[in-house]
Amino acid sequence: MYKLTSKLKIFAIVLIVLGGLFTAIGFLSVPESEEAVKEMIQAEKAGHHGGGHDAAAMEDDHHAGASADHHATETNHDHAADHASTSDHGDGHAKSHEDEHAEHVYHQLVNKPWAAIYVAAFFFFMIGLGVLAFYAVQKAAQAGWSPVLFRVMEGISSYILPGGVIMFVLLLLSGLHVNHIFIWMDENVVAHDEIIQGKTGFLNVLFWLFRAGAFLVGWNLYRWNIRKFSLNQDEAKEGDIKWYKKGFKHSAAFLVFFIVTESIMSWDWIMSFDPHWFSTLFGWYVFASMFVSGITTIALVTIYLKSKGYLEFVNDSHIHDLAKFMFGVSIFWTYLWFSQFMLIWYSNIPEEVTYFVTRIEDYNLLFFGMVAINFLFPLLILMNSDFKRVNWFVVTAGLFILIGHYLDIYVMVMPATVGESWFIGFPEIGAVMLFAGIFLLYVFNTISKAPLLAKGDPYLGESKHFHY
Amino acid sequence: MSTKTIHALYTDDDVLLQAVKQVRDKHYHIEEVFTPFPVHGLEKAMGIADTRLAINAFLYGIVGLCVATAMMNYIMIEDWPQNIGGKPSFSYIQNMPAFVPIMFELTVFFAAHLMVITFYMRSRLWPFKQAENPDVRTTDDHFLMEIDTHGVDVDEATQFLYDTGAVEIKLIDKDEH
Repeated sequence: MYKLTSKLKIFAIVLIVLGGLFTAIGFLSVPESEEAVKEMIQAEKAGHHGGGHDAAAMEDDHHAGASADHHATETNHDHAADHASTSDHGDGHAKSHEDEHAEHVYHQLVNKPWAAIYVAAFFFFMIGLGVLAFYAVQKAAQAGWSPVLFRVMEGISSYILPGGVIMFVLLLLSGLHVNHIFIWMDENVVAHDEIIQGKTGFLNVLFWLFRAGAFLVGWNLYRWNIRKFSLNQDEAKEGDIKWYKKGFKHSAAFLVFFIVTESIMSWDWIMSFDPHWFSTLFGWYVFASMFVSGITTIALVTIYLKSKGYLEFVNDSHIHDLAKFMFGVSIFWTYLWFSQFMLIWYSNIPEEVTYFVTRIEDYNLLFFGMVAINFLFPLLILMNSDFKRVNWFVVTAGLFILIGHYLDIYVMVMPATVGESWFIGFPEIGAVMLFAGIFLLYVFNTISKAPLLAKGDPYLGESKHFHY
Repeated sequence: MSTKTIHALYTDDDVLLQAVKQVRDKHYHIEEVFTPFPVHGLEKAMGIADTRLAINAFLYGIVGLCVATAMMNYIMIEDWPQNIGGKPSFSYIQNMPAFVPIMFELTVFFAAHLMVITFYMRSRLWPFKQAENPDVRTTDDHFLMEIDTHGVDVDEATQFLYDTGAVEIKLIDKDEH
């Protein structure tokens, strides 16, 4: 039995408190009004001898066309629709252009702390969900190596309950117009935007919240059942594998449910930040992100618990297998990232390509740096068979993978919510610390609730002697 | 000079594996072991060093990547930077997404094929090669361990091998082959 140490508890609580504090700072540092933003911009211009980002965008000849596109979309997103009363964008009045710009930046800054919370909340939620999917795959595939890790997976996936509640509350707050990170919820925008109008059959707050609720209930139901079955199987008589069989059937059914709902969830919770944009493989792409983050977290928690002496039945080969999964799924993620990017880059259809234009122009280092972290790093570190057995190699690669996939979600969400006003500062780091604290506390608390060896599993013997 | 070797035949892979360990403990030199299928753990028991084929493959892959990059950079960017459907051919990096499928395929192609050829060369395999099989049964259901008799008491070794479970023990003059 694992016991939650007071050291870990204090660490998690410190994370939560500091994270909460930073998040509060993030909310407090939002400028009070458009006037304040205008002054900020003036001050910045004076500092930089005029010409902030507008001039910079025009500097590059090759991108001139693209940046015009980008500007047009922005107009669609925010100004034109948002405030139809303001004068037309191209009417030449410098004054009104400046007003519009200040207003635009103001809205981005207001969105910033909310988007930071949203990214962090989703990131930790998706780790739990990714682990749950991995767990279901292991059960349904009757994997012989992983039963010794089932309790670790059950522990991590338990986070989908608090994480799911937090996600739903965040979605609800958006639906109640407490914040404006989802542009399609703004009735003023929809009234002037025929593209979004055409999508309101799917993108309307009630149906959207209903879907989110239904998916969360479905996922949590499976997780609750499978945990119960697993504990029941421990208690069962020798040779009675009734609960194991039940778990097998539930897992197979869950995987079908999961892949459909996960796909829709990715449209609802992430793709709808850009309601003008669509991509058919987006669901897979988000899935790959959550899968690899989940597997990495399993490896990290396993290595941690083993180093504390709680998992004496886990050997190098188990770590090796997890590292292989980290390696393989990282490359799978890259494959999907590239497939999505290359297909859109190649055909260069204006309505699709703006998605990447904003990312390449405003998030250049982050956008490509994130690919390097998520692809090159695991590729080079985890390719060697011997390195996959060295704990600190796996931990290093794992930390980079987690950071990389946080940035992945960040780059998915931020361009549509805060645009070029992004920065990784107090609200972003604070939100990550806040949810990391909740995650650690809840996950390790669940792990301490049951023996670390699921002793009823029929594949346990094989798993204990697993050797690669 | 005539060298003699002992051929000990086994009919079970577990017995063979056990025998290999015992023979190694006794410090007899195992020349070669012939088996009809891969016996898991045999190379470890025999103390054979790990293969470096994977390292080779990695290096070949890098070569493939370089070949692809150099080729396309020369053809598409340097030699004749044509405007084809508006794709930017000003520099390699600008048009790189279009080259990635080829870069990937050539990396895999070089890594796979050159590694296979390396494997053939290192294990001396080619068409019309004279088979080196000492006993035809080793391709079907027998396992054969070949032991060097240099500085070994043959009778003692024979008795020892018999005790390890060999079903047939032969003293072979190597020059016959």
